[in-house]
Amino acid sequence: MNGASSAVVVTDLVKRFGDFVAVDAISLEARKGEIFGFLGPNGAGKSTTIRMLCGLLRPTSGQAQVSGLDVATQPEQVRQNIGYMSQKFSLYNDLTVSENLNFFAGMYSVGRSDLTSRLDWAIDMAGLRGRENSFTGTLAAGWKQRLALGCAVLHRPQVLFLDEPTSGVDPLSRRKFWDMIHTMAAEGVTVFVTTHYMDEAEYCNRLVLIDRGKIVASGSPLELKQKYMAGDLLLVECDEIGTALELLQGAPGVDDAAIFGNALHLVVPKASAAIAAVTSYLSQHGITVQTIEPIRPSLEDVFVSLTTARTGAATEKPIP
Amino acid sequence: MNINRLLAMAGKEIIQIKRDARSIGIVIAMPLVMMLAFGYGVSFDTKHIPLYVYDMEGSRQSQDFLKRFQSSIYFRVVKSVTTYRELVQALDDGKCQMGIVVPADFSSRLSSGETVAIQALIDGTDSNSANLGMGYSQAIIQAYSQQVTTQWQQRQGHANVLPPISVDSRTWFNESLESMATIVPGVVALVMAVVGTFLTSLTIAREWERGTMEQLISTPVTPMEIMFGKLTPYMVVGLFDTCVCAAMGVWWFGVPFRGHVWVFFLSSILFLTVVLSMGYFFSVVAKTQLAASQISLIATFLPAFLLSGFIYPIDQMPAVIQVITHAVPARYYMAILRDVFLKGTPILLMWRDFAGLALFALLLAVVASRAFKKRLE
Repeated sequence: MNGASSAVVVTDLVKRFGDFVAVDAISLEARKGEIFGFLGPNGAGKSTTIRMLCGLLRPTSGQAQVSGLDVATQPEQVRQNIGYMSQKFSLYNDLTVSENLNFFAGMYSVGRSDLTSRLDWAIDMAGLRGRENSFTGTLAAGWKQRLALGCAVLHRPQVLFLDEPTSGVDPLSRRKFWDMIHTMAAEGVTVFVTTHYMDEAEYCNRLVLIDRGKIVASGSPLELKQKYMAGDLLLVECDEIGTALELLQGAPGVDDAAIFGNALHLVVPKASAAIAAVTSYLSQHGITVQTIEPIRPSLEDVFVSLTTARTGAATEKPIP
Repeated sequence: MNINRLLAMAGKEIIQIKRDARSIGIVIAMPLVMMLAFGYGVSFDTKHIPLYVYDMEGSRQSQDFLKRFQSSIYFRVVKSVTTYRELVQALDDGKCQMGIVVPADFSSRLSSGETVAIQALIDGTDSNSANLGMGYSQAIIQAYSQQVTTQWQQRQGHANVLPPISVDSRTWFNESLESMATIVPGVVALVMAVVGTFLTSLTIAREWERGTMEQLISTPVTPMEIMFGKLTPYMVVGLFDTCVCAAMGVWWFGVPFRGHVWVFFLSSILFLTVVLSMGYFFSVVAKTQLAASQISLIATFLPAFLLSGFIYPIDQMPAVIQVITHAVPARYYMAILRDVFLKGTPILLMWRDFAGLALFALLLAVVASRAFKKRLE
């Protein structure tokens, strides 16, 4: 693989916990300055992969290089070149904002000449000017998140690993957070981010979908939508949505059916032909259709169709 | 080792110690409370043994004899009874530990130069006190009978005949043979074993429990920097506590301090290295604060209490146990502290204890530093 423009190169990476295979021979490559999204349902192996890339877990087999450094044999050099934000907030709640920043500046050996400007930058970026002496534990989730990001990038890492960075954060804060991610990516930082928010996945340059430890799809958001949604997508609003789902799952001319909010999404070979067929099929079974119309697939549809195709459990909705 | 990271680590730890009310409690209250509890609670001196007397004669001479018991600090005459049954009852009820019975022919036999048998009844359930009580009472009776003999000889017109040999003993280092003087240096060692281990037993486990460890180990900080960064503040705290304990020993319990202060500090630093490393190790292994602190208490308190020579003299222990005591670091520290407080022995004469302590300090520091892995599994 070409190492010059690749920030993260993973080849056949495997992680086993006893008999359980958490990550099953994953290969991927993230280019420099790219926002690389890592999608999958809970327990799919996203966090395990990201922890191996940060040198926190030892791979069972396979290879992973971050900034050209091998995570298994050079974990300390890797750590100097990366920033990491774990899934759970993990700064010191009993330290103030500036004490946390100073501590992590020390951990990353941020030089004396650079220190003041970096701390100022982090405080401004996190919007915590005037709250430098607040205890971190008292901050709202959005601020905590931005402070954690600030702490993770004080040493200007080339690669940033974010494990579900915006879970539990309000939409406005999520937006701000992503603005910061984009700014850093524009400056050449590779951002490797796991998420299960589909709207966030749309922000990524490239996506990898992972399910049960295996990569099931990869590409840009647009590519994924075009490539993996064979057929058209129909939105159906009707009575007795649960019964309708069961009926349609085995119905002729319907490739897949899943509940999305208060409606059903159906994957059909051709929308125009299916609209009439589905409406009559449901009314035969005593279900009245209120709305049926073709829609453009979202990443969520792609995601559901890919993960359910593997599990065979169409009723299970992996995305909250 | 990177000095920036070390300082940042130590600085963070100091802030956390200062902010955590519980650790302040451990640092300040625990040594004080333990010093007082052990200083007063553990006493091997048997004084004021409760005594019942049964004077069957009731003469001036028999009363004079019993006054000897009254004026001794080792006995406390609780009651004078008039029947044998009362005396036995009192022993049964535990109202007294000892009973002295003076026979009805006490003065008449004495004046005729015959031997009188005094009966002493002792509650032997506490064999140590029983032994001591027996010894003290024998000493009193011996002295009295010496006096009677002398008086009798004088009456017979003999010159003042003294016994041919007498012992004139002088106790060194602990002149008044107060067990307090032996106990207090031991208590200092005991308190520091428990407090020292307890202090660090929380530090790593706390980071795991609060979830801060994952962020910490994703940075380039090395396990050595984490260990030294965390232990250095606790070394300062530990030395402060040692000084508090020693000061209490000297000014509160009145134990002398005859050795050099630097010997005291050197041995304390070595011992703190042992116990702080031990606590750190437990913290790494246990991963929860509760488990780590409990392991620390059990692993340090019992050996330091039973096998260090604190309660039982090591040379009185069975041979096998004596060998085992060599694996108890508190043993060496306690021996050094007793010397430092009571004797002021030159350090060269204590080289065995210092060598033992230094060996354990090195061993445990290495074990602790190797135990911590920067991995999540």
